[in-house]
Amino acid sequence: MALCNYYRKRKLMDNLVGWWIRLMVFLVVALPLFITASLLSKSWLILGHISLPELLFSSVWRPLAGEFGFWPFIISSLWVTFIGLSLTAPVCLLSAIFLTYYGSRRLLGFMQPIIDILAGIPSVIYGVWGILVIVPAVGKYLAPMLGYESPGFSIMAGGIVLSVMLIPFVLNILIEIFRTVQHDLLDASLSLGASKWQTIKHVVLRKSFAGMISAFGLGLSRAFGETIAVLMVVGNVVGVPENLFQPGYPLPALIANNYGEMLSIPMFDSALMFAALLLMVVVVVFNMISRRTIIYLESRQ
Amino acid sequence: MAMETTKLSIQNLNLWFGKQKILNNINIDIPENKVTVILGPSGCGKTTLMKTMNRLVDLQGGARTSGKIILDGEDILNTRRDIALVRQKMGLLSQRPTPLPMSIFNNVAYGLRLKGIRGRKKLTPLVEKHLIEANLWDEVRDRLHDPASRLSIGQQQRLCLARGLAVDPEIILADEPTSALDPISASVIENQFFKLKENYTILLVTHIMRQARRIADKVVFMYLGEVIEQADVHEFFNNPKQKMTRDYLQGAFY
Repeated sequence: MALCNYYRKRKLMDNLVGWWIRLMVFLVVALPLFITASLLSKSWLILGHISLPELLFSSVWRPLAGEFGFWPFIISSLWVTFIGLSLTAPVCLLSAIFLTYYGSRRLLGFMQPIIDILAGIPSVIYGVWGILVIVPAVGKYLAPMLGYESPGFSIMAGGIVLSVMLIPFVLNILIEIFRTVQHDLLDASLSLGASKWQTIKHVVLRKSFAGMISAFGLGLSRAFGETIAVLMVVGNVVGVPENLFQPGYPLPALIANNYGEMLSIPMFDSALMFAALLLMVVVVVFNMISRRTIIYLESRQ
Repeated sequence: MAMETTKLSIQNLNLWFGKQKILNNINIDIPENKVTVILGPSGCGKTTLMKTMNRLVDLQGGARTSGKIILDGEDILNTRRDIALVRQKMGLLSQRPTPLPMSIFNNVAYGLRLKGIRGRKKLTPLVEKHLIEANLWDEVRDRLHDPASRLSIGQQQRLCLARGLAVDPEIILADEPTSALDPISASVIENQFFKLKENYTILLVTHIMRQARRIADKVVFMYLGEVIEQADVHEFFNNPKQKMTRDYLQGAFY
């Protein structure tokens, strides 16, 4: 009798836990859908008034006149992200190779907490550092050296600050990926007479190619959405920048700078929500593309 | 018995990882064109000994050695020559197959390219030759450019053998090469060793006594980093000198 009771209790517990888990999983799945839906519903107004191509590709941004062209913001975001990632990529790749295959284990042990600290620094501090160091460096040295004039606050400054912020993030993932390459595989290559670099080039990099794509894909999503630090150094001037040493105005900065203000202007609120939706869509698409690439590459190996 | 020439001679070899001594005063002469089996329970230093011979042990930080390993009159433990060239004299076959992340063709061509042989025209016949030598050609001739990872485990191991043979080694180092394989693939590999010993010196690490009995010419029994006994295969199994060897052969300890 007592045993029967025990079994009934156990069954009940099983069911309860099962439903609890299902609820939590549902929440996790529903949340992004819910966010997308609310962004979509808010930007519905502007989508009804202005056609999508015009919203995306027009460069005219005159909220008071009811003209909302997002091209300046989109192009600024793309440039900042591109510069950030292309400066980060070689640094991270080479340091990750060095730390996993050339440096001593002690060096890696010493570096790992430093990388973690870098990753933990609040982005506003990177922004302040950018204003103090990068902005003058770009304005006074880098731009004149390359024959441009620049106020310092520019796409380039945003990209450089962003690249520094991405380093710990991407580097950590790359180190993890390189460490998972089995030792047997390295031994096999070396025993065939390959040098260390040949082994890294032909075996390690090839074996971790899918992982590298995902690391950079994650970096890309993060770079595209990074707000505060970029906002502080990028200049925030509306307009398609003539060159990379001119100020720009990326999408996240647009939202952060303007939301809650000027809401009396018709459709302005809706326009900002559209910017947020755009940001969300781009990041999701980036993620999906890199995921597909990884699956494809892994099936090729 | 015919005259034996010694291919590889290990003399007074000691090896430490940090303070721990892993190999203790090893002396082994490995005869040319024979199969020498290193037998012993797990953790007795067999694999480390093998990795010392092609200096892969260098990569594991903190390894320190003393003594000599003489190959063709050269002490490869203390040589100043590029270690990659020494390694090419020995093909390595490890416990689990290690196909490189590339096509079947490129796996075999990898070592050839490292030796400076380039171009499809030169590579193709050599790749074919070594795949035949490893008894894999018929199974892969139509899909040479498929990723090597699509092969079965047994085929992968034979691919690794072909790849190792392609760099034209003099010695084949095989570290429990059949332990991850099904019995049929394992016997294919074993039979391959019989044929290969006409042209190569083979050193095989195993803990399977029956395998040693089947293919060995000479057996070296190791325990806890020391050589307990080494002898001709018949001598070793029929008339072991040491008590420890007798115990091991009777399964008294593992």
